Amino acid sequence: MADVRITTPPEISGMGHRMKRKEDPRFLQGAGHYVDDVKLPGMLYLDIVRSPYAHARILKIDASKALALPGVLAVITGEDLKKAGNLHWMPTLMSDTQMVLPIDKVVYYAQEVCAVVATERYIAADGVELVEVEYDPLPAVVDPYEALKDEVIVRDDKEKKTNHIWHWEAGDKAATDKVFAEAARVVKEHIYIPRIHVSSIETCGMVADWDKINGHMTIYMTSQAPHAHRTVFSLVSGLPEQQIRIISPDIGGGFGGKVPVYPGYVLCAVASLVTGKPVKWIEDRSENLQADSFARDYHIDAELALDKDGRITGLRAKTVADHGAADAACNPSKFPAGLYSVATGSYDLKAAHMEVDGVYTTKPPGGIAYRCSFRVTEAVHMIERMVDIAAHEIGEDPAQFRLKNFIKPEQFPYKSVTGWTYDSGNYHGALKLAMDIIGYDALRKEQAEKRARGELMGIGISSFTEIVGAGPSHTFDILGLKMFDSCEIRIHPTGKAIARLGTKSQGQGHETTFAQIIAEELGIPASDIKIEEGDTDTAPYGLGTYASRSTPTAGAATAVAARKIRAKARQIAAHLLEVKEDDLEWNVNKFQVKGSPDQAKTIQEIAFAAYTNHPQGMEAGLEAVNYYDPPNLTFPFGSYICVVDIDRGTGEVKIRRFVAVDDCGNIINPMIVEGQIHGGLTMGMAPALLEEIVYDENGQNLSGTFADYLLPTAVETPKWELGKTITPSPHHPIGAKGVGESATVGAPPAIANAVVDALWHLGVRHVDIPITPYKVWKLLREHGVTE
Amino acid sequence: MNISVTVNGQAHTLDVEPRLLLVHLIRENLNLTGTHIGCDTSNCGACTVLLDGKPVKSCTVFAVQANGRTVQTIEGVAENGNLHPLQEGFWERHGLQCGYCTPGMIMTAKALLEKNPNPTEDEIRWAISGNLCRCTGYVKIVEAIQYAAEKLQAREKVEA
Repeated sequence: MADVRITTPPEISGMGHRMKRKEDPRFLQGAGHYVDDVKLPGMLYLDIVRSPYAHARILKIDASKALALPGVLAVITGEDLKKAGNLHWMPTLMSDTQMVLPIDKVVYYAQEVCAVVATERYIAADGVELVEVEYDPLPAVVDPYEALKDEVIVRDDKEKKTNHIWHWEAGDKAATDKVFAEAARVVKEHIYIPRIHVSSIETCGMVADWDKINGHMTIYMTSQAPHAHRTVFSLVSGLPEQQIRIISPDIGGGFGGKVPVYPGYVLCAVASLVTGKPVKWIEDRSENLQADSFARDYHIDAELALDKDGRITGLRAKTVADHGAADAACNPSKFPAGLYSVATGSYDLKAAHMEVDGVYTTKPPGGIAYRCSFRVTEAVHMIERMVDIAAHEIGEDPAQFRLKNFIKPEQFPYKSVTGWTYDSGNYHGALKLAMDIIGYDALRKEQAEKRARGELMGIGISSFTEIVGAGPSHTFDILGLKMFDSCEIRIHPTGKAIARLGTKSQGQGHETTFAQIIAEELGIPASDIKIEEGDTDTAPYGLGTYASRSTPTAGAATAVAARKIRAKARQIAAHLLEVKEDDLEWNVNKFQVKGSPDQAKTIQEIAFAAYTNHPQGMEAGLEAVNYYDPPNLTFPFGSYICVVDIDRGTGEVKIRRFVAVDDCGNIINPMIVEGQIHGGLTMGMAPALLEEIVYDENGQNLSGTFADYLLPTAVETPKWELGKTITPSPHHPIGAKGVGESATVGAPPAIANAVVDALWHLGVRHVDIPITPYKVWKLLREHGVTE
Repeated sequence: MNISVTVNGQAHTLDVEPRLLLVHLIRENLNLTGTHIGCDTSNCGACTVLLDGKPVKSCTVFAVQANGRTVQTIEGVAENGNLHPLQEGFWERHGLQCGYCTPGMIMTAKALLEKNPNPTEDEIRWAISGNLCRCTGYVKIVEAIQYAAEKLQAREKVEA
């Protein structure tokens, strides 16, 4: 297995060290500071009245009883927001529009209808109960194929009376049709990837604090992208940007759910503006599950073309994307289907063509909030399921079939037929390692023996290619804001440092890993470096943390800024040692004279001189900033193998073993990388086996609490086994690629493939996730295995 | 209603609404914000505290039910300014990421180790099955609790 490269001693803890996290002591002692921990003098509380219908006209809102309750100060309606300057609508991050509060009709269950502001949390909740709303129910449309018939129009505010939002294509249609016409075999399947919810354990919330005298708004917000949110707030509200300060404090998990702007945030800020008091809004879990952004909901018709030798030659896919009542998915603006076109995956194809149609339904808006790298999860699930079906159809071992069809190591940088340039990869190495670790050949033997005895055992593989690090400014923006990211480093006279970044950790350990990057570059101990993020008044501008972009973008900015500092440090060292700059060489934490290493100045001595004895004519101080515009995306990859045993009586799927070999390029902190993979695998297993947001035909959410929407506990979660290969990114300053979402992207098809592998001989060719015991039991009954 | 409750060794007398939840008493009235709220159905366990030494989900207990009893929260777990072996274990073994479930997880683990000082991996997994973590995948939480169990047992041996 690959060794992690280490060049610094433990007391410096640069890259590669398993440094314990610097942020942990506060979390371990109950001293983390999350939004709901913010308590300001005179603070009011906001609570929200929500729609009991998925689709209904609003006839009347009567707030008189609520307003009569002592402690209730205001009830904010859509009409109020309209009068305040058409604030009842807001833009989404996909340049669509979304209601903050409705005036005419509601378009999803649990939609915000009006807001109650009160002196206490409990009184605000009482006020919500007392608001009386009259509705005239309209038919709901929950199935996007039904929605495309345009019999029920979700968005009658739009000029065009249709539920069809957009059509998107990638690849070459003519070339793909030709490949399919010439194919020896075409493999087809319909795959549904259901709607799921990210459910970070902390819900969303805000404290807005309007200072009327100074015309200044301070906002504490569960925000993964505070800088972008501030710009949007400023543009929508008309408040000057310097008069808005967004502080994103400690965040209790984000995973994409804290990127969109929800109506509750806007209402909280408006309530503070109206009352002149600080106002707190914290979602309940049920509100969070029922109304906040979801992920997936992709209905895919996929086809693979194979030649006579069993080589995959083409991919063709038509997809219907259910966006709910608005396109609020938060993809980069030129990519309405995210980076779904990476769906040719780890395979060397001749042609591919993909089409996606976005559709409105009467469900909450969203689309990508589940640790998914902008729809890469859907892409990987589709291709890995299709590859597995193809292998089974032609009777080839799924591992051998993949090895035969992989892009070869010598083909990198690899230009995919949908236009991506994969930076580096060694797919054969990762799969072979996973097969070694799990003992693949022995497992296949065991499976054959068990099958002969009637026992159901399956082995599933997923060899995924991720695409992260959005992104190069020529292609990537959100609402026009280019997707660079930033780091500003200041070295203090005593040789300690502070670095601020445009990203925002939600548990990824940025306070540790970014310090380790600086420690690597400058030799300052990571423990002497303070990392700050999330305050728009102090941190440099950046687009935030999601889609595994922090290390590829802000991590690169950190290394580049540190290198700028090292260049200046060289000049100061030359001055102090009275030699030419060219006579100096860097050695871990000091500049030393070539051939005379005793003559040296440490970074701490140089930092002190930068403030006390800098060369005449040079600017004093030692600091630098970098806004890093990546030249390309990065392409982490891996191979996962899952072994399942299926109970013939109950249909229960038990994951016996799961080996994950990941390659995320150079590793900053192996302990943190392992933690990211463990967490990602668990969030990959969750939708594969347990989680789904289900609606009935009236658009009622049937999985709106944690009693109905099942997150994995420690009991269902297997003991993940990890391996790694290291293939550095050639274009990233420290060769890193990002890892936060790889496992969420890669794990679901490994599990689904294992289940189908266990059942293929019975005639089962596909099962949509989540693969619940009931679903499997029904299949077993259909195929005569159980009664 | 007037109630008396001892929290982390400190006695408090408070006048509370009968409907006030224990978690809100802890967080709002006593400003001990280390205890978190993650759901409204008693599923997530982020609000777990020890009530007379037993783990309870404080969102499912009324404050008045704590009258005359003792409560321990995460803020009361460190011993004389030193991290408790469980806190140390979570730090050493990377048993936390966003930190939101961590206080509840540690309180549940503390109750487990007091009852069962040498739990198997399976026993640990079942014990924390009422505490949801969305970040870690539990593997390193289990290791963190094993670390603490070993450390506490070694300490007991020395004391004996």
